[in-house]
Amino acid sequence: MLIKRGAEASLYLEEWHNRKVIMKRRLPKKYRVSKLDEEIRSYRTLHEPQIIHRAKEAGVPTPTIFMVDIAEATVVMEFINGKQVKQVLDDFSAEERCRLCCVIGNLIGRLHNHGIIHGDLTTSNMILTPHGKVVFVDFGLSEHSTELETRGVDLHLMKRAFQSTHYKYAKESFNMVMEGYAEATGNEAAKNVLEKIKEIEKRGRYVSERKEVAV
Amino acid sequence: MSTHRSAVSYCLGIESTADDFSVGILSFNGDVLANIISAYIPEKGGIHPREAARHHAEVAGKVLEEAFQKARIKPQDIQVIAFSQGPGMGPCLRTGATAARALAAYLQVPLVGVNHCVAHIEIGKLVTGAKDPVALYVSGGNTIVSAFEAGRYRVFGETLDIAVGNCLDVFAREAGLRQEKGVPFGAMVEKMASQGRTFISLPYTVKGMDLSFSGLLTAVVQLLHEGKHPLEDLCFSLQETVFSMLTEVTERALAHTEKREVLLTGGVAANKRLQSMLSQIADEHDARFCVVPKEYALDNGAMIAWTGILAYQHNITLPVEKSFVKLRWRLDAVYAPWVGG
Repeated sequence: MLIKRGAEASLYLEEWHNRKVIMKRRLPKKYRVSKLDEEIRSYRTLHEPQIIHRAKEAGVPTPTIFMVDIAEATVVMEFINGKQVKQVLDDFSAEERCRLCCVIGNLIGRLHNHGIIHGDLTTSNMILTPHGKVVFVDFGLSEHSTELETRGVDLHLMKRAFQSTHYKYAKESFNMVMEGYAEATGNEAAKNVLEKIKEIEKRGRYVSERKEVAV
Repeated sequence: MSTHRSAVSYCLGIESTADDFSVGILSFNGDVLANIISAYIPEKGGIHPREAARHHAEVAGKVLEEAFQKARIKPQDIQVIAFSQGPGMGPCLRTGATAARALAAYLQVPLVGVNHCVAHIEIGKLVTGAKDPVALYVSGGNTIVSAFEAGRYRVFGETLDIAVGNCLDVFAREAGLRQEKGVPFGAMVEKMASQGRTFISLPYTVKGMDLSFSGLLTAVVQLLHEGKHPLEDLCFSLQETVFSMLTEVTERALAHTEKREVLLTGGVAANKRLQSMLSQIADEHDARFCVVPKEYALDNGAMIAWTGILAYQHNITLPVEKSFVKLRWRLDAVYAPWVGG
């Protein structure tokens, strides 16, 4: 059963050896020339499970991978029961929201500590389970890197996701993410990456000198 | 023609953010009476802001006159003057702003400062009938994926470095192509690309919904200077790569926002290959694909006039003493109460 048609993959909820699983299929994109399409699909299909596995080693909850089929560009993984953070954040009290954002920041910090860049940090790609655990999903755009620049861009995306989707409390939410991040990486590293984010924002087009970014 | 002020209201819009100086005249119900564009074409290299501004100052009078002739109304029939207040190149913006202030003072009508990026989306909605689209705005200066949420056009994705049109232009210049009147670099690259056969892998850089083109540009220019590949193949590969990136992030924004329309606008919107890619993803998501016709997709005065009307009708005007230009005025910094009201 198709449950989500995303930009790069379709997610199906299926029964697989008596388990509820997610089948992530990277179907061919007709708009791309076949060579580019194959390159992108096979690279991401192979790469995503590897990084998901490494994220577990970093102490970040991710779905368990059951099967990888490169030819079909399909990954079978554990179905995570819960809700997207995007769906629940607006209903939370300020206190709950802060706690959740702090947890998210901590997990991002752990990924970065292990040289993992998620590449698409949005509140749609985080699942909150009924037990209160946050599970990171969708590592399709992730990469290995320990550079300050890539870490900065990763967090910049998170900040932008708050600004476009949770604009009412974007600032406080992102501040809490950075607090959680600092717990994982240490204050010095967090300070450096925050400086980098500012630099990245200034580099962006049409950011006024005083850097008035909409909230 | 009656001599007294007509019952219909009109707005005159001046656009001068970059290489085009343009004047548009619209009635308040959205009829475009005139949309005159004068383009500055550099002899060599990219746009020099001061040279472009000099061009704008030289042609301003003539373009205004032509617009009034085309619209068949008199200056006294104008109720509002709108101008592009930013973002853009300082000298160019100031030339347009000066003309707008002078006109508003002379006619004793209110002035409205319009955000250039908002204007591209608003005119696109007017001419295509789109109501609430995911907009991909691609030009020489901008690469933005935007959609309206709670009072503002939010930026879901944008370039982290150069604009996609800039990337194509620089490559075309490096390849020795010459810009001609009415034939932009993008069209030349498109024509060359249509003869390309072999796809050459280039850096594909998508970060969430953001994009980066500078590394890709460096790589393709290097390949060009190595001289091992036909120019047609390089143009083909460059186009395929950048447009696939744009289509991927637009699809991501579409999946994320679950909107029902995709609007393609800006100078690069004229590219048929990009149009076909976006129309395919729109189809897959049961969304309507709208492409803005060229005369309203390029920088133009009509879009400024139309957005000026929308703002003015919500009592947004700009006192002359506050009408300084904003070179880096972000799309998502604009409060747009006229949308979805």
